Amino acid sequence: MQPVNEMELKFLSKSNNESFARVAAAAFVSQLDPTLEEMADIKTAVSEAVTNAIIHGYENKVGFVTMRCSLYADSVEISISDEGMGIENIELARQPLYTSKPEMERSGMGFTVMENFMDRVEVISQLNSGTTIKMYKTFKSLKNKN
Amino acid sequence: MQVKFLSKGTTLIVSILGELDHHSAEYIRQKVDSEIIKATTKNIIFDFSKVTFMDSSGIGVILGRYKNVQKINGKTSIANVNSQIKRIFEMSGLFKIIPVYDNLDIAINKM
Ligand SMILES: Nc1ncnc2c1ncn2[C@@H]1O[C@H](COP(=O)(O)OP(=O)(O)OP(=O)(O)O)[C@@H](O)[C@H]1O
Ligand SMILES: [Mg+2]
Repeated sequence: MQPVNEMELKFLSKSNNESFARVAAAAFVSQLDPTLEEMADIKTAVSEAVTNAIIHGYENKVGFVTMRCSLYADSVEISISDEGMGIENIELARQPLYTSKPEMERSGMGFTVMENFMDRVEVISQLNSGTTIKMYKTFKSLKNKN
Repeated sequence: MQVKFLSKGTTLIVSILGELDHHSAEYIRQKVDSEIIKATTKNIIFDFSKVTFMDSSGIGVILGRYKNVQKINGKTSIANVNSQIKRIFEMSGLFKIIPVYDNLDIAINKM
């Protein structure tokens, strides 16, 4: 299926870009006119993936985070990539409450939140070369309209 | 993002105004912890009525403060949580250890 619109955004792994990324994603998705709750779901999932890229992918180093959004008639695909350290064990990383940084007061719930707020989450990662998170959501509020 | 404090006896009401994410978490942590150290504070109520956004970073912030007041035998609760944020807390199991109340009056009464 061909997307109706696409965008790509690249920004530094600085924590003030977390709010920038989620607001940008929500603004782009708003073209489809989903509900406020569906927009809030997108914002939260984007925030989780971008925060992970910054604190885990790049740790204290600076690098670029790339966000891509493809809009379809009643759905969205969002991918968030870093060129950081990568994930050694994806299955373990996705488990609720698993965190590699408990000393930083992380709770290990980021992936669980993404999975709950989106329909599907894919993790593609290679050690020492980076991670891409792909997330999909169909807007139920729009499905009935079309 | 702003943090406001109001003391009710030994209970500290912490109002977070704005977005609670990884970016603002460190500021909130420092602000609240420096209040907990004061001799007058024992219990904490987090007022979420003015929180406009929260992701999983918020779970760590709340749990961290819960552990800090637990060391002085204090209690923690949360009031005025919207449905989006409630879903996140529910997923994490946080409500099993930290009670949530519909409004501040109830939270203060239960302390
Ligand atoms: N982009 C990434 N690069 C490298 N490692 C990652 C990345 N994203 C996630 N991880 C790993 O997966 C683990 C789980 O991620 P998740 O977001 O579920 O929890 P967390 O970030 O540790 O805690 P929380 O999101 O609740 O604050 C992380 O602790 C980290 O080890
Ligand atoms: Mg995370």
